[in-house]
Amino acid sequence: MKREAFSGSVTYFQIMDENGNVDKELMPNYVDDNKILEMLKYMVLAREIDAKALSLQRQGRAVTYAPLLGEEATQVGAAMALRNNDYFVPNFRQHAVYLVRGLPMELYFLYWRGYEEAQKIPENVKGLPVIVPVSTQMPHAAGIAFAQKYQKTGSAVVAFVGDGGTSEGDFYEAINFAGAWNAPLITIIENNSWAISEPTRMQTAAQTLAQKGIAAGIKRIIQVDGNDVIAVYKAVREAIEASDGGPAVIEALTYRMGLHTTADDPTKYRPDSELEKWKPKDPILRVKKYLSQKGLWNDDIEKAFLDENMKKIDEAIDKAERFVPDPKSMFENVYSFVPDVLKKEMDEAVGENFWQGDSE
Amino acid sequence: MMSNMVTALNSALSSILENDRNAVVLGEDVGKDGGVFRVTDGLSEKFGENRVIDTPLAESGIIGTSIGMAISGMRPIPEIQFAGFMFLGFSQLVNHAARYRSRSRGSFKVPMIVRTPVSGGVRTLEHHSESPETYYSHMGGLIVVEPSGPYDAKGLMIKASKLDDPVVFLEPTKLYRLFKEEVPEEPYEVEIGKAKTIREGSELSIITYGTMVPVVKSVVEKRKIDADIIDLRTINPIDENSILESVKKTGRALIVHEASLSFGVGAEVSARIAEKAIFDLKAPIIRVASHSLPYPFPGYEKYFIPNELKVSKAIDRIMSV
Repeated sequence: MKREAFSGSVTYFQIMDENGNVDKELMPNYVDDNKILEMLKYMVLAREIDAKALSLQRQGRAVTYAPLLGEEATQVGAAMALRNNDYFVPNFRQHAVYLVRGLPMELYFLYWRGYEEAQKIPENVKGLPVIVPVSTQMPHAAGIAFAQKYQKTGSAVVAFVGDGGTSEGDFYEAINFAGAWNAPLITIIENNSWAISEPTRMQTAAQTLAQKGIAAGIKRIIQVDGNDVIAVYKAVREAIEASDGGPAVIEALTYRMGLHTTADDPTKYRPDSELEKWKPKDPILRVKKYLSQKGLWNDDIEKAFLDENMKKIDEAIDKAERFVPDPKSMFENVYSFVPDVLKKEMDEAVGENFWQGDSE
Repeated sequence: MMSNMVTALNSALSSILENDRNAVVLGEDVGKDGGVFRVTDGLSEKFGENRVIDTPLAESGIIGTSIGMAISGMRPIPEIQFAGFMFLGFSQLVNHAARYRSRSRGSFKVPMIVRTPVSGGVRTLEHHSESPETYYSHMGGLIVVEPSGPYDAKGLMIKASKLDDPVVFLEPTKLYRLFKEEVPEEPYEVEIGKAKTIREGSELSIITYGTMVPVVKSVVEKRKIDADIIDLRTINPIDENSILESVKKTGRALIVHEASLSFGVGAEVSARIAEKAIFDLKAPIIRVASHSLPYPFPGYEKYFIPNELKVSKAIDRIMSV
């Protein structure tokens, strides 16, 4: 006897194409033009801040930086879908998620100056600090989701992981836990097509990354155009609404238009022709086209919007650059108390002026 | 030819791949990209994608599959992109690479070299600057090597490729391109398990390795201190003989490393001196190391890593007794 023991499939959808045309059947009724305008503003602002951070790094005013260029729709669409009481768990490139969630901008720039104080994240932001080792945040996200269920908060957890991250054991373990616990974890695979120099096909023989969720027993498996902010918003919003019924895996197909980090040189491994192919699919371009047709966006509106925000950005940078580090904070924040041996180390460093020995 | 550590290591890997058909290099971005620090640059073009393998992004998988290759008669040389990420493969290293030989009483062996950049001072993000040598040395079964210059880097790498043991090969990021020295183009070996006396003196023994070697050298030269400087080069197995011989001669021992103070290599070295040469000492042993804290974000690292002032003051203290 034989029978089919399992079958599964992954559905892809897009709502707004690269010319700004909308699929009316898929367009949700909770998205109106004002909402789309809000999405565009966040994406434009995120790109502006990103460019600023990149330029600060090039001027030696920031440490190694990981740009988000090209991935604005995935991040803004997902972040805007969060309700006030939902949590997000980033990796290291989710700058626009912090922006939408209201992280004070000076903290963002302070992080890229290299200070832990940047990660004193205000409670209302409801997000974790930047996690650098790829995918290691995923089990935390599953644990936070368990805690929401246990504590009956009704909150969902939206976690971000990259295409490369789906190769790590922690990724599989996390989605498997979420499946086994039926926990409210929405995993967003921000598939930007490249893990530093390796295209997604070198990571896996799987046709989609979303299908990895099927093996974890997760019912809500979706692949969306990650450069379509409305599609991402819809996928995440509906997954959050359904999250008391269990987890979801959403793969957002996007493209890293820039560098992995400022230490990286993509010309070494990535053909220019590929980048050119993705340029028309830019996540911001299509929304501008759509809103221009409706008379809600044009160059003057954009200029006014940027002028207004540039001042805020510059003030935030100024504040971050005026930050004065206190080396004692290294000692005072490791444990809930300062152990005696550590205090002796600290006192010796202060007493002997060790910290004055180096100039920057 | 004059080489920095990156080109010296590249030359060593190239010669290993050329001379051992069972050797492969594998890791994230080691192929076309040539590694994030360019240590494997050009190797993929030279030896093919079959021998210089871009792997999926999974450190435990990289080390675990390397172990499988090694016990099958291959000689894998995995690269872990940064020291902090190697902890994702920690279980494979300590539970398996370190134990196959002992658990099978020698019928299985794991000849492989796990390479990773270590230590800080180059203002990178979190998890890119750790000095993890103690973790790998503590459990036994792993050879731990850390060169401080191009010549030793190449010779130690080639020597490691001749051993039938798992070698953790730690490459100080800060020293990758800090200076050049004469490195022969042909293969040569530097003994593993043997420290190098890089400067001879009679009043003080300074035992160091890795990123602190140039710091110690600079202080000793500037102040014209009459000191032995011993570069351990191999952390495990530690070269106890060289340490004791020097300390018995000078009567003073200063240990300098970038890894954190508490439970570090300095504790191991000072314990051995205390056990076996305490009556030769004229002054208490001093350790200079980074603070006993998690490695900080780059803005704070200048307060964390020992600087010349700290080394200099330690010398004052030890010489004043």
